[in-house]
Amino acid sequence: MTPDYAGLFSALRPEISLVLGALLVLGLDLTLYRRHSPGGRLQLALWVGSLALLTAGFQVWRAEPGTVFGGVLIIDQLAMASRLGVLGLTLLTFGITQGSPARRQPAEYVAIMLLAASGLLLMAAAQQLLLAFLALELASLSLYVLAGFDRTRPESAEAGLKYFLFGGMAAAFLLFGFSLVYGATGSVELTEIARQIAAQGSNPLLVVGLVMVLVAFGFKVAAAPFHLWAPDVYQGAPAPSAALIASASKLAGFTLFTRLLWPAFGAAAGSATWLNSGAGWFRAVAALAAVSLVLGNVAALAQTSLRRLLAYSAIAHAGALLLGVLAVGSAGPGPLFYYALTYGLATVGAFGVIAVMETAGRCERITDLAGLHRRSPLLAGCLAIFILSLAGIPPLAGFFGKLTVFSAALHAGGIRSPAGGLAVLAIALSAVALYYYLMVLKQALVAGPADGAPPIKVPRAATLALVTAAALIVWFGMNPSALLGLF
Amino acid sequence: MNLLPWSIYLTMAGALLALAGGRRSAGTARWIALLTAAGTWILTLLAATRFVPGPGLQTLVDVPWIPAMGVRYHLAVDGISLTLLVLTGLASTAGVLFSWNIEERTGEFFALFLTLVAGVYGVFLSADALLFFVFYEIAIVPKYFLIAAWGSTNREYGAMKLALYSFAGSAMVLAGLLWVYACGGAHGFSFGQLTHAAATLSRPGQIVVFALVFFGFATLAGLFPLHTWAPTGHVAAPTGASMLLAGVVMKLGAYGCLRVALPLSPVAFAYWQTPIAWLAVTGIVYAGLVALMEQDLKFVIGYSSVSHMGFVMLGLAAANPRAVSGAVLQMFSHGVIAGLLFAVVGRMVYDRTHTRQLGDLRRMKLYRLVPFATTMFVIAGVASMGLPGFSGFPAELTILIGTWTAAPLWAAVATVGVLIAAAFTLRAIQLGFFGSTGPSSASATDGPGLHAGSAPHLSPITWPEKAGALLLVGATVVVGLKPDLLLDWINPALQSPLLQAVLKGGAP
Repeated sequence: MTPDYAGLFSALRPEISLVLGALLVLGLDLTLYRRHSPGGRLQLALWVGSLALLTAGFQVWRAEPGTVFGGVLIIDQLAMASRLGVLGLTLLTFGITQGSPARRQPAEYVAIMLLAASGLLLMAAAQQLLLAFLALELASLSLYVLAGFDRTRPESAEAGLKYFLFGGMAAAFLLFGFSLVYGATGSVELTEIARQIAAQGSNPLLVVGLVMVLVAFGFKVAAAPFHLWAPDVYQGAPAPSAALIASASKLAGFTLFTRLLWPAFGAAAGSATWLNSGAGWFRAVAALAAVSLVLGNVAALAQTSLRRLLAYSAIAHAGALLLGVLAVGSAGPGPLFYYALTYGLATVGAFGVIAVMETAGRCERITDLAGLHRRSPLLAGCLAIFILSLAGIPPLAGFFGKLTVFSAALHAGGIRSPAGGLAVLAIALSAVALYYYLMVLKQALVAGPADGAPPIKVPRAATLALVTAAALIVWFGMNPSALLGLF
Repeated sequence: MNLLPWSIYLTMAGALLALAGGRRSAGTARWIALLTAAGTWILTLLAATRFVPGPGLQTLVDVPWIPAMGVRYHLAVDGISLTLLVLTGLASTAGVLFSWNIEERTGEFFALFLTLVAGVYGVFLSADALLFFVFYEIAIVPKYFLIAAWGSTNREYGAMKLALYSFAGSAMVLAGLLWVYACGGAHGFSFGQLTHAAATLSRPGQIVVFALVFFGFATLAGLFPLHTWAPTGHVAAPTGASMLLAGVVMKLGAYGCLRVALPLSPVAFAYWQTPIAWLAVTGIVYAGLVALMEQDLKFVIGYSSVSHMGFVMLGLAAANPRAVSGAVLQMFSHGVIAGLLFAVVGRMVYDRTHTRQLGDLRRMKLYRLVPFATTMFVIAGVASMGLPGFSGFPAELTILIGTWTAAPLWAAVATVGVLIAAAFTLRAIQLGFFGSTGPSSASATDGPGLHAGSAPHLSPITWPEKAGALLLVGATVVVGLKPDLLLDWINPALQSPLLQAVLKGGAP
């Protein structure tokens, strides 16, 4: 087969736009805008970056479905939707970047975000182990830098280092797992791997490889018991970096994870019932989901820091998303994608509120939110929508994410299957979760402001980003079919 | 007939307008809220005049909403829901009138208030279980903020307890509904489809699912022993919110039990019928006894609410057409009477005297200071005791007769509850408004605060209070004198096939 470079080029146009955008941001900042104020340089970098994101979005929109370059990349509904989702979430992150403290190197910050986004785009479409690994590393390395970007705060350095060390270990696991899978099946193509697994059945080498892959993805999506980095990174990283790590990176990560598990290793899923004793990853993922749900929800109850609370809530949501991964086999990727995207919107929004508040003062403890309804009704209203969506209150999108995922999980094997039991567990824990979400909203909407707390001025771009995120959450909630109907 | 869906939309729009109006002035928000609530109530009355009673739900709107799960945006009405819609309009109008003195964050208060009301309208109109659930949750969340931000005694505790109980209950409902939907192979969430799907489950499965859904809803209806959120929540809530809580929100739970849970599985209902009935009877007696002992007047009313809602649950558990029609009538009656009681105690008395302790109140001899409030409380009290001429009488009598035909013992014990209700109501009237003539009043004169010797000046009753109180009194008298107004709507609705499968004993 002759390599189709033209096809590859045209399929990679979104990523190329992003990389060119990153270079342009750096170049302009280095030449024309060298002497401008940091605020002006950040403005320009964000404008150029947003333009690159929009261009990439247009390219993704126009991309032709099909496999590319002999099956290295696949452009299907899921890939298109996740890529648009990643770009949209990154764009929202850009909006809230303006609200956070001006950094010493604004152009570098934006350029690295663009590089991270290009890695995430590749992850969403990868269909070959090597490319998947490279895409994941491109995204991860960028995210490590973003987490440690704020050099004025030691917490940020700690976050960067911790994320890097855990992430590096996860990458080692992933690569080792991939190599074992390659050894067992003789291919790095997902379609060929699927064929081999179906033909040769279970095989110890494959099982070990699969376990390593699961561990690595457990790290990546912050599923318990591989979640240890998440609270520190969420707490220490600059707010926009944390927003990107929690939203776009998660969406792309789950897309890649799903693609690896179902199309490639689908035959090794094992049985969906408890009774069958055959080995498979189904029950391993179910165990990860159960531990994440319980640990995330229970640990979140004890948090006093808003960011750590969001981190533990993210772990709990990772559990629900893993449940969505289990349900992909029977319900398709629709529920999972809906959940991941709407969760990302709410998280970006919540971190956006944090970013704006940090610019205006401080937002470490939950009690720092006190009197937000007085200090900025807009922020308080948006935060209420984000938090209630995370809590799963209809008619916001978070509820329908849970609804579709849980109902798909129950469909997958009935009430007696691991997935069904997990769905009931998750519904029960959502009542627990309401407590800590309401504690946040109690401060923001009920408590009075501390003495001398000034009104908060919300920058225009942050306003736009927050209102867009809130409006999308409401819209996707009132009209879930807008996303569910894609698949 | 297509007026009714507008009750949801108008109230939602009113909530947004009140939020915007509140930024200009508190008065704007108040008038927007009043016009919305009253306008919507008139809308429901207009729709009621055109209503033709019949078995089964009469569809108003039916369009696909989430095709992937077979969820439909299906609004429909029958006699039962129409009764409760009229109640909602009445209670929300009166609630706005009794919230007229909210000065702080007025716009936000009425926005949350109207959002809650919109959710309640939505629940009573839903003919799709998932849509029902969505509206149910919309009604739950504003309660927390109404109580936590505008409440009084121990408000954060009361608000959080109420929110967690409600949400735990709704989580049970959701688990049960999804279980039936996914495991029963249903293609949608209409009540009929769910019943059909539930029938395919094993018997233990049906029993568990029924328990999840029924007790999930019963939590909000205040069924013993899941009632403990109600007194603390009612006491902590601002007057308008406690009127809504007791008036309509507890009815949401009872309505959910009747509309969603009961028809779900006749097999499982047969299993649970006796335990539910005994819980209801226990609640009637136990809450009555607590009310008899309470020193805080609002707690007395809070527990009396639990006791009276016990009659609703007993009527449902008795499961014959007479008892159930009595239960629906009691929902209406209790909504009006409890609203009036909370209004008098919370707004007319507490906002003026700043105490609700019977020990303090009896020294004040309120009948001399606020005769209007006293009159209203006496009327509401005797209505609540079940005196003929007021709505409580036909409602509780119908329930007791219906229950007697099902199981005389339940009715006998519940009758003890009626006696206890008379006792605690008379005690509240006596101590709260007329003072005691015993020797204890002599020694009380040297107590702190206000006392009988120097009659304190209490601000006069305002027109919104009078209007609201007269509305509620009018409703309880009209229904008390002519219960057929409502029963003529309710009884045909009980002939629907879904309910007939559960209800035994022929026509009422």
